[in-house]
Amino acid sequence: MAYFLQQLINGLTLGSIYGLIAIGYTMVYGIIGMINFAHGEIYMIGAFISIIAFLVLGLAGITYVPLALAVVLLTTMAFTSLYGWTVERVAYRPLRGSFRLAPLISAIGMSIFLQNYVQIFQGARVKPMPPLIQGGLTILESGGFAVRLSYLQLLIILLTFVLMAGFTSLIAATPLGRAQRACAQDMRVASLLGIDVDRVISLTFVMGAALAAVAGLMVTLYYGVVDFFIGFLAGVKAFTAAVLGGIGSLPGAMLGGILIGLIEAFWSGYFSVEYKDVSVFVVLILVLVFRPTGLVGRPDVEKV
Amino acid sequence: MAAASGLAVDERTRPPLPWAPLLKDALLAAVIAALLALPLVGLQTYDIGGGALGIATHFDWVAWGAAAVFAGRLALRLLPQFRTGRRGTGPAPISRLTAWAGRQAVPITLAGIALAAALPFLPFSSRYLIDLGTTVLIYVMLGWGLNVVVGLAGLLDLGYVAFYAVGAYTFGLLARDLDFSFWEALPFSGLVAASFGILLGFPVLRLRGDYLAIVTLGFGEIIRIVLLNWASLTGGPNGIGGIPRPSFFGLAFARSAPEGVTTFHQFFGLEFSPDHRVIFLYFVILGMALITNLFTLRIRKLPLGRAWEALREDETACRALGINPTNVKLSAFAIGAMFGGLAGCFFATRQGFISPESFTFIESATILAIVVLGGMGSQMGVVLAAILLVSLPEFGRAFAEFRMLIFGAAMVAVMVWRPRGLIAHREPTVWLGTRRRAARIAP
Repeated sequence: MAYFLQQLINGLTLGSIYGLIAIGYTMVYGIIGMINFAHGEIYMIGAFISIIAFLVLGLAGITYVPLALAVVLLTTMAFTSLYGWTVERVAYRPLRGSFRLAPLISAIGMSIFLQNYVQIFQGARVKPMPPLIQGGLTILESGGFAVRLSYLQLLIILLTFVLMAGFTSLIAATPLGRAQRACAQDMRVASLLGIDVDRVISLTFVMGAALAAVAGLMVTLYYGVVDFFIGFLAGVKAFTAAVLGGIGSLPGAMLGGILIGLIEAFWSGYFSVEYKDVSVFVVLILVLVFRPTGLVGRPDVEKV
Repeated sequence: MAAASGLAVDERTRPPLPWAPLLKDALLAAVIAALLALPLVGLQTYDIGGGALGIATHFDWVAWGAAAVFAGRLALRLLPQFRTGRRGTGPAPISRLTAWAGRQAVPITLAGIALAAALPFLPFSSRYLIDLGTTVLIYVMLGWGLNVVVGLAGLLDLGYVAFYAVGAYTFGLLARDLDFSFWEALPFSGLVAASFGILLGFPVLRLRGDYLAIVTLGFGEIIRIVLLNWASLTGGPNGIGGIPRPSFFGLAFARSAPEGVTTFHQFFGLEFSPDHRVIFLYFVILGMALITNLFTLRIRKLPLGRAWEALREDETACRALGINPTNVKLSAFAIGAMFGGLAGCFFATRQGFISPESFTFIESATILAIVVLGGMGSQMGVVLAAILLVSLPEFGRAFAEFRMLIFGAAMVAVMVWRPRGLIAHREPTVWLGTRRRAARIAP
């Protein structure tokens, strides 16, 4: 029971991170119907920028943790968003209206480019990050096994929920959110009605990248290591989360993310650590085969 | 005088360049580039020991990068201004070149094959060059195999390397446990890979293009993770070694053969040279690649091949015409997988050693890039792209570090500028009415 609870906490933490990345996939897919394959790389860049920001702050002598955290969060979000914006501008916008696989192939190229860009300029070695937030709560103790919820895990879960709430209200209640929903329904009609579609798409990428940046920062803090290759697997897993929840749906992405986090945590807790990535791929395949619309997605009618 | 007046006319017809917005645009691009590069290029983290990081600043690199972006952006914006000023709206030179290549396909192909066959005997040829040629040909064969799936049937497969791995491991295991030789194992490699293609393809082929891509990627990763972790069968990360080399109709390529085996050089009365085997391997893969190509070219003219291409163009219309999309897609998947498996078998015998490291996603992406950069569905384009991608990094070792960076950028650039690939010229396989009319309708 205690072990189960511990895996539940670990899974929730992991799932929050996947959920944040998954939102980027699901929003882009909802609006322009492409898989932004480079999104995992954006998350990896977020992780790198956060570790660099921490180092710079450390050199500047800012060691008060909440302040450092806030500054790093904002700078990471700003710089990573710029990456998200540039990727869309350079690799996807010229391809709008091209044949349907072109953006995906361009995205794969972008992903390879970004991975190697970081590898060349930051090195292939794993980057360590000293633990910043220590300590935690002991929730339950039974039979010599203590269930712990660290403050960091608490922070990750809380921050994710705050961001999700803010984000959902942004989509539901602001003019930008309305424009995004309009573009997701019908881009051409939206543009006829005076919506600047290019701007909406750009902002969608910016928002997705900002959330991926938060996920990158959290992973840096949580695992304490970052390397240039983390984007690939995290990207595939987050995409699986988006598909599992129902691609195009924001609550679905979050739900899918948490489910994927839980599946991964329980799989490695009870079966085998080596095959934990296989578990996620199997879930992806099963969902796509048996329920391609995901848990809360609407069926997609193909127009001729 | 004439030249002067010509210039004057030119001056009058061309509107003056809008320098101010152009410069502003380029400056903006440079500022964005500088901001992008600032954290990741300008501040370089490095180990200072004890699990801590230090930071080295390289702001000069950031400045150079921004300057390069400024110049590049300006040039990019200026280029169309000059082009429209000088010429009419004819097709770009590269399009005309590829159209010409498309019309002259037969002589170019024959010349290419002749050159490939003569390569080992040319005066400047060396062991290194033949080795490189063998590697290029492996990728050509993989590209042609994947072209069946991606180019003809229009199914984006991001896990093609899985079949390559299955073929290689089939031979590796057969050789290790059952003492199979290369030629005995070759058909099994193809068969096992094709079965895997059907097995993996069956549940997922109902999916739309990009979903299919992600699922195939998942399959590729699953195969690699299983190969890595099923150590009792596959040797795990240590892989399988001591895979036998192919023989020439039972003649071994060795300095001295064991009892009862004749070696190649003894049989033909030649001086022993290790080059014989290298040249032989080169010809084996050349033959295998050409068979792949011939097979693809012929099957395009069969109902099955036509169904592939029809399905690529419009799946809904195909359903309406009574084509069963699942079976047609499955056949493309299985045949593509078979060629991947055969290439994998050759890879195993050439390396003599296989491990999961050779079958990562990046390999799938490379093969896909070869197909896409070459122009999907174009057999000649695959050759061109394979030669470019495989041999380019060989020419400069300093270049090697940037190889994958350039590779990724090239994938994006080709998609942006020539979404149909380098050799985008595609002749329709069937015509309605006369050939000339069809050519006019579909330029």
